[in-house]
Amino acid sequence: MSAALAVRGLVKRYGSVTALGGVDLHVAEGELVGLLGPNGAGKSTLVKIACGLVRASAGDAEVCGNRAGSAEARRQIGYLAELFRFPGWMNADEVLSLHQRLASSGGGESERTELLELVALREARDRRVEEMSKGMQQRLGVAQALVGSPRLLLLDEPTSALDPVGRRTVRRMLEQLRERGVSVLLNSHLLSEIELVCDRVVILLGGKVVSAGTPAELARPRGIEVETNGGRRVVDGTRDDVPRIVSEAVQSGEQVYGVRVLTSTLEEVYLEAVGGETS
Amino acid sequence: MNAVPVIVGYVLREALRRRVFAVVLLLTAAFLVLFWIANHYVHGELGRLQVPSDVPVDARTFASAFLSGLALFATMFLGVVLAIFLTLGAVRGDAERGLLQPLVVRPIGRSTFLFARFLGAISVTVPYVVAVDLIAVVITGLTMHWWPDRIATPALEVAGAVAVVTALSLLGSVFLSSTANGIAIFMLFGAGLVAGLLGTIGHAIGSHAIKHASTIASYLTPFEALYQDALRQLTESTSGLTGFLLQLGPFGGAYVHGWTVRVWALAFLCLVGAAALTAFRSRDL
Repeated sequence: MSAALAVRGLVKRYGSVTALGGVDLHVAEGELVGLLGPNGAGKSTLVKIACGLVRASAGDAEVCGNRAGSAEARRQIGYLAELFRFPGWMNADEVLSLHQRLASSGGGESERTELLELVALREARDRRVEEMSKGMQQRLGVAQALVGSPRLLLLDEPTSALDPVGRRTVRRMLEQLRERGVSVLLNSHLLSEIELVCDRVVILLGGKVVSAGTPAELARPRGIEVETNGGRRVVDGTRDDVPRIVSEAVQSGEQVYGVRVLTSTLEEVYLEAVGGETS
Repeated sequence: MNAVPVIVGYVLREALRRRVFAVVLLLTAAFLVLFWIANHYVHGELGRLQVPSDVPVDARTFASAFLSGLALFATMFLGVVLAIFLTLGAVRGDAERGLLQPLVVRPIGRSTFLFARFLGAISVTVPYVVAVDLIAVVITGLTMHWWPDRIATPALEVAGAVAVVTALSLLGSVFLSSTANGIAIFMLFGAGLVAGLLGTIGHAIGSHAIKHASTIASYLTPFEALYQDALRQLTESTSGLTGFLLQLGPFGGAYVHGWTVRVWALAFLCLVGAAALTAFRSRDL
């Protein structure tokens, strides 16, 4: 699969502080990758290098085959910063129109309408940014990132200010984007969100990748929960052991009502990977 | 370069919405009214002005030229205030507020962005300075019945001085936060005024060293050098002692002048612009 984002041996130092210490990362076309890690792990720095806001100290990053930061690479990306603001005097339509002109998007009013609908802001089209709630501004930020139909979407904490309904809106939007073949690198602290939508998860710690894989690959088996007339119990084993466990229970005269394969949640995988570290 | 008019439009609209224009227009109106009042009263006092018999000074020319010099300085000051407020947070300030990042990740290039910010600022300040200066000239002309030797060139030179300050403010905005940059540029502007005052002191006491220091300081702050050249041109055709006295502005006289000043100011502007572009291109945001 060709890469929407290919990062090799990426290093970033701020003076004596190493923010990224040799990161390798690959986001395939149409893939949705979640980036996890404690504060200061280097997630935002990685995203900023990918969109050309920060220069790498060593290593290289490519966006759709172009050097990250080049005009051609920036033509392929949509970016939502963790801390961003739009001019308060602009309304939603004007913000999108400004970005359409900067991105040389010929989408016109139909693109703006579609994007505002996608983030459930159609009714707020003429509302000024300063009159919007934080959640609405964040959804407008997501719409702005989608101007010009980017091939790679870099979202840095896109749901931090959203309520549960807003988060679901963004989640559905991400699923729609995946169906359209858009690649997404999603940087978020919301593990449940990452678990729900991402194809792969990458966990950063101290500027290095400490764990990566699909949510299923990362999950550790935690046994088999068996519900019988004698109650519920957890026995050691994996999915392959289920027929044997059920057979043994039936042979011993128990009535089996349910069996569930237990695996660790992404939260447990994450905590195990970062060792409970935070900053 | 298609993004240039987009960014210029954005800068202009931002200035309008932030009511920068409204504040500056209010200050300008206040200045012009006060200037007219000053002209009116000075005109009424012309007949009572006592000029020493051994000094061949024409009282009307002296008073009018001095008022015009004062207007030239006030115009430059207001233009500088406007230029600084339009650019003081253009890079670091806007980056800290999160306004810059969504714009510069677009495929427009940082050089284009900074150039457009400069263009946006001077497209406001240059017409403003020229207009205010010309209105001041008309006020003096109609009230005092005196017109300067040169009208357009001083206005354009003061506009050039404001353009130099605009470029310096943009350069400062790459490194400094909005407040720090605003303070730094105003202090630099003040340093330019000191250069002019130094020149006046040097001439008054006949100190070659102080005059030399003033000349160097004026070249290091070319906006001051341009202002001095503009001041001199108000009475360019007036010679003798009258001419010398008329070259005294409210904050120092006109001691550096000529094409050297103009060419150096242009070169300085280009150097500052190149430094700002280089620094912005390598800055992490």
